[in-house]
Amino acid sequence: MRFYEFEAKALLAKQRVPLPKGGTAETAEEARKLAADIGGAVVLKSQVLSGGRMKAGGVKFAETPDEAAGIAEEIMKLEISGQLPKCVSVEQKAAVAKEYYLGVTYDAVAKLPVMIVSDMGGIDIEEVAEQHPDHVAKAHFSTLTPFTDFRAKELIASLGIKGRELTQLTSIVARLVRVFQQYDLTLAEINPLAQLEDGSFVALDCHLDMEDEARDRHQGVLDELGIAPDETRQGRPPTEFEIRGARVDQVDPRGVAGRVVEFEGNLGCVIGAGGGSLTIFDAIQKHGGKPANYCEIGGNPSVRKAAELTKLILSKPGVKKICVIMNVVSNTRVDIVARGVIKGVVEAGFDPADKIAIFRIPGAWEKDGFAILDKYGVEYCDRSVSMSEAARRAVEKVKSGA
Amino acid sequence: MAILIDENTTFIIQGITGREAVNMTRECLDYGSKVVGGVTPGRGGRDIYGVPVYDTVREITEKERVDGSVISVPPAFVRDAAFEALENGIKLIVIVTERVPRAEVAQLVELATQKGARIIGPNCLGMIAPGKSKMGGIGGPAANTKQAYRPGNVGIMSRSGGMTTEIANSLTAAELGQSTAVSIGGDAIIGTTYAELMPLFEDDPETEAIAIYSEPGGPMDAQLAEYVKTKGTRLPIIAFMAGRFMDKMPGMRFGHAGTIVEGKQDTAAEKIRRLEDAGISVAEEISEIPELVKQRLGMN
Repeated sequence: MRFYEFEAKALLAKQRVPLPKGGTAETAEEARKLAADIGGAVVLKSQVLSGGRMKAGGVKFAETPDEAAGIAEEIMKLEISGQLPKCVSVEQKAAVAKEYYLGVTYDAVAKLPVMIVSDMGGIDIEEVAEQHPDHVAKAHFSTLTPFTDFRAKELIASLGIKGRELTQLTSIVARLVRVFQQYDLTLAEINPLAQLEDGSFVALDCHLDMEDEARDRHQGVLDELGIAPDETRQGRPPTEFEIRGARVDQVDPRGVAGRVVEFEGNLGCVIGAGGGSLTIFDAIQKHGGKPANYCEIGGNPSVRKAAELTKLILSKPGVKKICVIMNVVSNTRVDIVARGVIKGVVEAGFDPADKIAIFRIPGAWEKDGFAILDKYGVEYCDRSVSMSEAARRAVEKVKSGA
Repeated sequence: MAILIDENTTFIIQGITGREAVNMTRECLDYGSKVVGGVTPGRGGRDIYGVPVYDTVREITEKERVDGSVISVPPAFVRDAAFEALENGIKLIVIVTERVPRAEVAQLVELATQKGARIIGPNCLGMIAPGKSKMGGIGGPAANTKQAYRPGNVGIMSRSGGMTTEIANSLTAAELGQSTAVSIGGDAIIGTTYAELMPLFEDDPETEAIAIYSEPGGPMDAQLAEYVKTKGTRLPIIAFMAGRFMDKMPGMRFGHAGTIVEGKQDTAAEKIRRLEDAGISVAEEISEIPELVKQRLGMN
């Protein structure tokens, strides 16, 4: 879960990472007041969950409170990567002498957290690592022994940094590591960390991501920041269809059925499990089909849950038929999914034989499942038909309208 | 031969009285696995299909040899369960549970490394040496498992538990059996990656080829490609990459916790490029895997 820059800075402030003076505004008037309080030149930044704000025109400088008010109004109306800003940050403009990059994240190969420091900040760190590897230093650290500052010091010293810079940077990197650990972050970046003309440091921009799985452990701080549990903070905000899907998943605690992602298409997908869904979605597109949604069935969802998911997908405008496809199942029962899907189709007022283009779930309790499908005249296939072939048959049926 | 487990492997199930774990116990016993005990605190003294339940791991390890443990407890208890198993000398741990934060996964993997133990998962279905033993829910009920898996010479590694069985099923249908199939887990950090299993398959005389299921997200394919290029391998590798559609949807999670495109290296396209560059065949469809295995083994 990604934090807005202003939220991320609020978390950094808790560990006393030095930050520029400023605040956030939702209106021109608020921006004017902030700029006047700060005094002098300010920088205004669009608060969106996206990189590339500078290029998109979401970062601007103002010399006077009046100018700040005008720019704030413009930025509030400016869409970046399809998002309107939540607010605009107004901060003191820094007299920057030098820029650094500081980052903490996990390395899935070493299976450990890693600190990354560069004395070439302000640009994409991957680019720096490729073109100037001698300006990037990385060090893993233990998750079992407490983190102490010498690890940061050694890392920074390895870049040839000495004197006051070394001691000041050590303390800031160590604080960033503590924020990373304290809030179950998967990424904590300060870029750039600016060294000002007077020698002091300030974090100009930052990017923090909290692990989704750890959100419920940090309810207190999320409440404090005003982040609601249904704010998914994914690549884009959830659609109404996706929110309804999440509700289906909460019908009862058994299994998974309802995690949906909406697409523009005419073939509804009741598919699973995690990897199977990805495989089937690719196959439908490969055969020229247009999936109306992505979803995952996993574990052993109840008949009711499978039925509600089916009804939700059928309620989406433009959905002509649904396909019910999974990989060979281990713990999901074929008969329960069959029962649930048929119940959903019937309750939505349709004929299962017409609406279900194909049913391909082989595995546990398949005989019972196939008997139910026979009764309703639904076309099904067993494991001798591949997932891709089942997807192709479904796509053909939608195209021909059969 | 097989890797990691065989017919003599003894293991326990932590969280054995949970609903899913009860089913898994039954499935493993029916398949012939040696489940020597279960642990659920406060439930000591009961039994699950004849498997005695204890309050602590130590009560079992003090009494008999325990090669492994399957952990099937809620996410908040996984770290503690893994620490308990590791501190009591268990060397092979399968973590079935999903939604464990990676800070805790990193901790338990680090402790495992210190103890010379191996973690498979989290967020996996375990592994199977067909005809010998299965450790975890992989394949489901014994009858279904026997239908999908049969003994043979192809090793499988997969980020998806369900797709492990789908691939085995397509191989079995083409009369290609499996040496060992490992569901390695779908999380961003997992105990054992493709590249880390390669030396085991390499040393297993029974294994002659490898089939892999992969997805966007994470550096594990790049690590495998690097391994093959630098160390070399006698085993032909055939990979299948799902989630190609995700390349156009950065920042969105699909399927598994680790399945997200955050940078170029995470995309299906980039992974396929790296795998092919290392001489790994990438199948367009699951159903092509058996044919590619046969081709690479010169069987037709």
